[in-house]
Amino acid sequence: MTRLELRNMRKNFGALEVLAGISLHVEEGEFVSILGPSGAGKSTLFQLLTGAIRGEGEMRFDGARFAFMPQRDALMPWRRVIDNATLGLEVQGLKRRAARERVAPLFAEFGLAGFERAWPAELSGGMRQRAALLRTVVQQCDMLLLDEPFGALDALTRAAMQRWLETMWRNHRWTALLITHDVREAVLLSDRIYVLSARPARVVREVAVPLPRPRTKSAALAREAAAIEAGILDILLGAAEPISQPSDGENR
Amino acid sequence: MAVISTVAKIFPAAVAFALLLLIWELCARLGGIAPTVLPAPSRVLAQAWENRAALADNTLPTMRATLAGFACSLVAAFILSALVDFFAPLRRALFPLLIASQTLPLVAIAPLVVLWFGFGLLPKILLVALVTFFPMMVALVEGYAATAQEISQMLAAMGAGRRRIFWLARSPSALPYFFAGLRISITYAVVGAIFAEYAGAAKGLGIYMLSAKNNFRPDLVLAAVAVSSALTLTLFGLAVLAQRLAMPWENAKSDRAGRYGDKPSGEGRP
Repeated sequence: MTRLELRNMRKNFGALEVLAGISLHVEEGEFVSILGPSGAGKSTLFQLLTGAIRGEGEMRFDGARFAFMPQRDALMPWRRVIDNATLGLEVQGLKRRAARERVAPLFAEFGLAGFERAWPAELSGGMRQRAALLRTVVQQCDMLLLDEPFGALDALTRAAMQRWLETMWRNHRWTALLITHDVREAVLLSDRIYVLSARPARVVREVAVPLPRPRTKSAALAREAAAIEAGILDILLGAAEPISQPSDGENR
Repeated sequence: MAVISTVAKIFPAAVAFALLLLIWELCARLGGIAPTVLPAPSRVLAQAWENRAALADNTLPTMRATLAGFACSLVAAFILSALVDFFAPLRRALFPLLIASQTLPLVAIAPLVVLWFGFGLLPKILLVALVTFFPMMVALVEGYAATAQEISQMLAAMGAGRRRIFWLARSPSALPYFFAGLRISITYAVVGAIFAEYAGAAKGLGIYMLSAKNNFRPDLVLAAVAVSSALTLTLFGLAVLAQRLAMPWENAKSDRAGRYGDKPSGEGRP
């Protein structure tokens, strides 16, 4: 079943063409990544999806709402971790107490047991990110939108968080759309990857990642993953030049 | 530990203050200056004790005017700042007026307000509100604007409306700004009340100072000054205390390392 389908989505900011016709689809229970160079318009695409801005083109979404996890964790420093986790449920109209009861059992799985009453400032970067993901998934929306969720973390923490997220995804099979510019992250987590060009963004390649999970298990798997990574890097770096050349022409 | 560090923090200020009093005492005693010109601190203290009933009697109305005026100003600042946050054009309409209100010399405006509203509590409340309103209003409006964009965006994506976002995100974001404004404006409050009483009142520290001056009693003027300073410092301390109580997460930040340490993020992974 197709959860989300975009056909030829375009977006201009004045004279600046940001999205030059993006077509993609995400199936139920599928983990899909959008991979592209910085400034390609990935975040613009997410803003289109969450309805923050409008563009041209066709969007079909089979569901009520996206659960959106922003780039930085966006935890409210004035709410305790558990009250940050319940935020989405409270906005949906649930009473605070009922929301807390629904969220509390999930803390152990997210590695946050014992930190329910802590303030976000007392958590490490990785824990904050897990709390943000917890806040996102408890909303029980039909699809997760993850906007470079680990971009602000140090390399080691990011690697640990990617592995952790893969495990979580294997257990829950959320339908998820991830935006990233980290090729390794995309290959580790995704079933399929859409590779975007530099601005104006279009899909230059759709890459399937047919590797079994967990993908960090064996050396053989790691080699296969590395081969896919190398292929994608070639596409990205190869595409960067011919695309950036004519953009000078546009300015004329 | 906390007591020791607090003592260590205020020690230099206490020494400087004591030194100042000592020099003053010596000048007054050894310089042969008449007590009707420069009374020694010891004399001010003694006279303050002797006149404690009259001083207390006059402190109470000042305190009442200060607190009532400040409370009015607080409520007005919150309501107006929220309105300005929702209707941007209102900001452009109001801010020039508010800034102009801060250019009025209190010496000139205080007698006029007393002339218009009499010798009762009302003109004092108005003057205290006039001097304390602006810093809090500005602090609140800037505080709302300081809300992290990703928090607002996330709430909007969750389906929260503008009012919801104001209560959930914008008003808590303004808290640190609000308390900064509160600490500034609270130091003006007592001075505002005294100015109002100076211009005309039945009782109060302002009128007490005026009559003491007219009776050539600078010691009593200074005693009243000391009382008003103490009042201001108490209010300031209360504001700091209120901030601590209202923003417990700010304290958590500073002793984060002590309480939990920086756990490796892979910890607790299933």
